Amino acid sequence: MKRSALEITKSQELIYELKIEQVMTKEVITVTSSTLMSELKETLRLNRISGAPVLRDEQLVGIISIEDLIKALEAGEINVTVGEKMTRDVETVFDDESVVQVVTKFAQHGFGRLPVVNREGKLVGIITQGDVVRGLLRQLEVEYHEEEIHRYRASHIFEDIESDQTGLLLRYKVRPKDFIRGGEASSKLKRALERLGAKPQIVRRAGIATYEAETNLIIHATDGGEIIAEIRPERIKVSAIDNGPGIQDVERAMRPGFSTAPDWIREMGFGAGMGLNNIEVCADDMNLESKTGSGTRLEMVFNLH
Amino acid sequence: MTLEEVLTIIEGKVISSQVDLSCEVRMACGADLMSDVLSFTHSGTILLTGLTNPQVVRTAEMAEITAIVFVRGKLPPPETISLAESKGIPLLASKYTLFETCGRLYGEGLPSCGLFEPVLKRWQKVFESAPDVNAARRVS
Repeated sequence: MKRSALEITKSQELIYELKIEQVMTKEVITVTSSTLMSELKETLRLNRISGAPVLRDEQLVGIISIEDLIKALEAGEINVTVGEKMTRDVETVFDDESVVQVVTKFAQHGFGRLPVVNREGKLVGIITQGDVVRGLLRQLEVEYHEEEIHRYRASHIFEDIESDQTGLLLRYKVRPKDFIRGGEASSKLKRALERLGAKPQIVRRAGIATYEAETNLIIHATDGGEIIAEIRPERIKVSAIDNGPGIQDVERAMRPGFSTAPDWIREMGFGAGMGLNNIEVCADDMNLESKTGSGTRLEMVFNLH
Repeated sequence: MTLEEVLTIIEGKVISSQVDLSCEVRMACGADLMSDVLSFTHSGTILLTGLTNPQVVRTAEMAEITAIVFVRGKLPPPETISLAESKGIPLLASKYTLFETCGRLYGEGLPSCGLFEPVLKRWQKVFESAPDVNAARRVS
């Protein structure tokens, strides 16, 4: 359920990202305005297509479809020229436009195909609904493969690399009072853990605890601080380290509801004196050391198994 | 309940782009305190809030909130919307108060995030172990 919903969103996104030139058919079968309807019939049949752009002196002058041919057949006008039966004032799209333009035009006018021209007006391709679908599927597949490769590489890192003790160290700087960018370190760490294939519940707990710790660094640490995650096959240790001002009374700081956060932080929905308690709940092990004047070191351990 | 049903019940509007309204919402949380959201929600929750700063989106990202509903007709600043779009978190708006928006959804059967162990323990310690009514006052 969730997966298919995600992919629908992805293909909607792709409609905007993909350019028409990436999905169009480049080898266009064309006819000229002096081609006879009987010749057109053969062209359509041999190439198994249902229409073709019409050129005169290399310029796009119209489009002719199988419907036009059927009408001509019914009227017994098989020997008239395409020029007489074609649709003039052809609707076209540009090769550098996004696929959404084509999709919109198909939906608006009920067209089955649209000639693609470049900005100089020269015919460079043709696009059908089938081209759009095929293009989207191809792109989805490419992206899926890339994602798979990423996932594979990341999640097998601990199996592929042999040592007596393998560890991955991730270090994030946290700037003081920078609440706008606050949470970036936690966000990146969370993504890294997902990539490494950690269990979703552990990823969520580690993300929340790290975010609380990052928020504390932003609010309280004079010069900001660092978040260091040490990832080992059996556990993750996240440390939030700063150089001051330090916590006066660690025991009191741990009490639910105790907070020294300024008003501007409270207005943003934080600083209610619950962060450390929440970290304690989320982490499998937590250790807080602090000295006034020299700084604070908060360690959180998350067991992976 | 799907996001689409939520939207109908709260008579809301979608305010971020590329929203998949078919996605499933399991429960809801109404809060203006982001610390509460981080502590007392589960993955798959929809958040109803009156706060509109980008940290609401960060909180939602960390807590794996499915979607955010801004109440009282509040609309978030562009930086909140763009962060939400980059994280794929749908943003909705409701003209009703937090209380009424929550009430409408709860009334239609969307459950809350339930009771959490630390909360229960604290509650029991204060109210259920001591028989006399003054216990609460003494402990606090």
